[in-house]
Amino acid sequence: MTTTGQEEFTLDTAAELASAERKSEIQGKSPWALAGRRLRRNYVALTFLAIFLLVVTCCLLAPVYVSQVSHISPNDVRTGATVVENGKKVHVISQGSTKIVNGVPQIVFGGIPLGPQYGAAGGQYILGADELGRDIATRLLYGGRNSLFIGATSAAICTTLSVILALLSGYFEGIVDWIISRFFDLIWAFPVVLLGIALGTALSVSGFHQGPINISGTSLWIPIGVISFVFIPYIGRPLRGQVLALRNREFIEAAIAQGAGPVRIMFSELLPNLASSVLVLFTLIVANCILTEVALSYLGAGVHLPNPSWGTMIQEGSDRLSTDPALSLFPGIAIALAVLSLNVFGDGLRDALDPRAKIRIEHG
Amino acid sequence: MAAYIIRRVFGMLLVLLAVSFIVYFIFIVIPGGDPAQRIAGKVATSANIADIRRKLGLDHHGFTGFFIQWYDMVRQLFTAQLVSYANQTNVVQQIEEGLPATFSLAIGAAVIWFGFGVLVGTISAVKAGRFSDRAITALALIGISIPVAWLGLILRFFLAGDGGSGVSWFPDGGYVPLTSNPVQWAYHLILPWFTLAVLFIGFYGRVLRSNILDTINEDFVRTAKAKGLSTRRILVKHVLRASLIPIVTLFGLDFASVLGGGAIITESVYQLHGVGWYAAQSIQSQDLPPLMGVTLYGAMFIVVFSLLVDVFYAYLDPRIRLS
Amino acid sequence: MAERLLEVNDLKVRFATEDGVVRAVDGIAFALERGKVLGIVGESGSGKSVTAMTLMGLTRGINARFEGEVLYKGKDLLQVTDRDMQEYRGNELGMIFQDPMTSLNPVYRIGEQIAEAIQAHEKVDKRAARARTIELLRQVGIPNPESRVDDFPHQFSGGMRQRAMIAMALSCNPSVLIADEPTTALDVTIQAQIVELVSRLKDDFDSAVIFITHDLGVIAEIADEILVMYAGRVVERGTTRDLFYDPQMPYTWGLLGSIPRLDRPRAERLHTIKGAPPSLINLPEGCKFRPRCPHAFDKCMQEPGLANRVETAGHLDRCWLDVAYKREHRDESISGGSAEAA
Repeated sequence: MTTTGQEEFTLDTAAELASAERKSEIQGKSPWALAGRRLRRNYVALTFLAIFLLVVTCCLLAPVYVSQVSHISPNDVRTGATVVENGKKVHVISQGSTKIVNGVPQIVFGGIPLGPQYGAAGGQYILGADELGRDIATRLLYGGRNSLFIGATSAAICTTLSVILALLSGYFEGIVDWIISRFFDLIWAFPVVLLGIALGTALSVSGFHQGPINISGTSLWIPIGVISFVFIPYIGRPLRGQVLALRNREFIEAAIAQGAGPVRIMFSELLPNLASSVLVLFTLIVANCILTEVALSYLGAGVHLPNPSWGTMIQEGSDRLSTDPALSLFPGIAIALAVLSLNVFGDGLRDALDPRAKIRIEHG
Repeated sequence: MAAYIIRRVFGMLLVLLAVSFIVYFIFIVIPGGDPAQRIAGKVATSANIADIRRKLGLDHHGFTGFFIQWYDMVRQLFTAQLVSYANQTNVVQQIEEGLPATFSLAIGAAVIWFGFGVLVGTISAVKAGRFSDRAITALALIGISIPVAWLGLILRFFLAGDGGSGVSWFPDGGYVPLTSNPVQWAYHLILPWFTLAVLFIGFYGRVLRSNILDTINEDFVRTAKAKGLSTRRILVKHVLRASLIPIVTLFGLDFASVLGGGAIITESVYQLHGVGWYAAQSIQSQDLPPLMGVTLYGAMFIVVFSLLVDVFYAYLDPRIRLS
Repeated sequence: MAERLLEVNDLKVRFATEDGVVRAVDGIAFALERGKVLGIVGESGSGKSVTAMTLMGLTRGINARFEGEVLYKGKDLLQVTDRDMQEYRGNELGMIFQDPMTSLNPVYRIGEQIAEAIQAHEKVDKRAARARTIELLRQVGIPNPESRVDDFPHQFSGGMRQRAMIAMALSCNPSVLIADEPTTALDVTIQAQIVELVSRLKDDFDSAVIFITHDLGVIAEIADEILVMYAGRVVERGTTRDLFYDPQMPYTWGLLGSIPRLDRPRAERLHTIKGAPPSLINLPEGCKFRPRCPHAFDKCMQEPGLANRVETAGHLDRCWLDVAYKREHRDESISGGSAEAA
């Protein structure tokens, strides 16, 4: 052996050294851990996630707002009420009066709701009143609850159904795939908003009463069901494509050769590989669902009055744009904020999960 | 190729048939109850209701009756005899009257959104990571986060006549036919075009940016560089060509949707009496015949363009063999 | 003495990544003369591809840092702007890549892509470019070039695609052809054809070739001189004969030993080099191969310089071991006879 050293190295020692060296190298991390690390470094995405959670929290705290701040319920119609503004008593809906202009009496019509008070009226009508004397801020929060609830729930239902259909379609191929694809095509053939409105209107007439399920026409579950149905192809098709691509890979063949049944393969082998796509698609589809609810409610086919939702509020305010822009302005801002933060976060999530994100993040 | 197209056309007809069936199902079966009664209103006598039922052909009963009614309706539609329940106007004629507005809106907006979408997406990708990219991305994200209804209302309020802000750069909605006054036609359409396009520009820009950044890392782009081609040539002939293919697919379907009256909200907000607006009106009054007509009209566009897009895709990518 | 086309001096390439600074190439030097074939051999991660692409300027980017010189006919290519590099790429330096299917644009015809290369550098019209393309395809051995010139890449077989890529790379008569693992993605029988083709074309076009591979069998066929790379460094350099008959690096022994040989007594197990290549971010101290080297001793904690330690001039290595000791013990490592299982 060698002559110049004191220690003798054998092959075993060399192997030990090698593994000791390897520990100080980059550890093999799971893709999820790597993604988590990338996401944690993306301050913009995290900030917007925080904003979204803030919006959600505020809306969830709507009852607290009512009891502590405004003391006005969302559907409280107070056309004749008065409020103390900066010490003066003011009508919530102006009563009309006569004004002297250039010596000539002019009749000023009433019916104009109170504008945003901010702090002046002691917590009431912070963002003003609408044409029925209701408190906009309260309605904004309660409306947010409805809109966000509808958005999230329909996204969840849609995603679940789409994943199942995509798995079935991609795994079984053949006739099952044909039927499911035609199903997707059929839904897709309808202009989205039109289908949503059609279903929404039809179902709201007398609700849905089949078998054990009894949903009234004004229930929130109608728009939820409609919106989740309408977006199925949106998620289902890309996922189906992915499942088909994965279907022919060797690890599936191996699983089948080991005797794994269809359910096991679909849920233990295929589904984990879809997980990152599903996560990203889900986040983005919540945003779309919220926007769709707004569109449907605006057209009268979503949430029904007097239940507040951001969409109905925009619709209610659309007639009075010239006199009271605030009625439509605030709900729109709320929607844009919520959807924007979801989109930014969804973007950050996609960058983190995408293995090639490494190359893109490095710019600049 | 010809066999493929024939098969697709056959499939399309089936889809349209199914669509008409579903619309019928939605409006007659789902609400349950008696459509004639609904239409007659609250103070109708039973004689009135029976009368309406007979007039509108709703007096068939049972399972076969359902099909007979449906068939009647579809037949009437295709022979341009279909008449609205609510106001006795001819459905097909109403749709025809709505075409100019819808087409004007759709084509103008499509040109704008495709052009700007590609421009914005390309700039954003080429300058990836730098300020212009971040700014464009931010604007694009905002663009896709704003509800169309709200955007339309806000633009009308701030920029259009009588909106209340005092500024009156644009007319406050309404449609002026191209043939009567081209300048006014365009002038009235500027805000609607913009409103409709904003969403799509944001979306397309981001999709294109993502595609370009993916394509730049492809091996064949590396080869193109190794050949010594100029940066511009690589970008246009190799990168863009590959990146635009998915965009073309999206564009085909979105354009079809808008042409087919899918821009219901924009048409409503700006009072453009096109096909989409007609659809919205019919839905409010639960008027089935116009809805049937409009839905089939829209579905037809989507299905036809779907075929066109697939054929075009095969032309763009020689690896795809239509079968 | 043939014209010295390329001289690389102490080239270093570093990339900033989210995990740290990767020292992909950590000081390599070599020279290339017209008509010669330089083989570069090493595992994945040894820096051989990065070296090749750096010669062409394809590794430039926001996160890349370069040191040293790449002198092509006297001009330092590392200092040339990206725009000016377009003149060199394809024209003076041609490159072919590992996977010809993904390296060719699937939506354009083969002929179009080759003609594109020609027209980028020479003022010829479409018809002349096409004629030259057909000639090139014939030269690389594609049958029926007149009709196949209009085919798409997916209509060619793997071997033919690689021939087309070679045609494309040589279309403007570059002085240097860089082949980055051209045979790795191909069948063994096709491999031999491609190697033979490159050899013949080198003479026809009077160019120099840098041939990169991890396959020692291929390199023995074609290379005049061989560089063995490990962890971004050259660890042994010499003529093909020197390397195969008197290898000085234990790593080289490992590489030679891992090829199954018909003419040697059959070992119980195929000899492998234990361990894995080191992280290029956290390189081990001293000799980079030390952690995996069965003959390492305490002097190996100091990095050996690349020096000529044997009788033959021009045969360099980075190993402190005594030459006599090496010659005595290397057969064990190469034939792997006594390597007990671990």
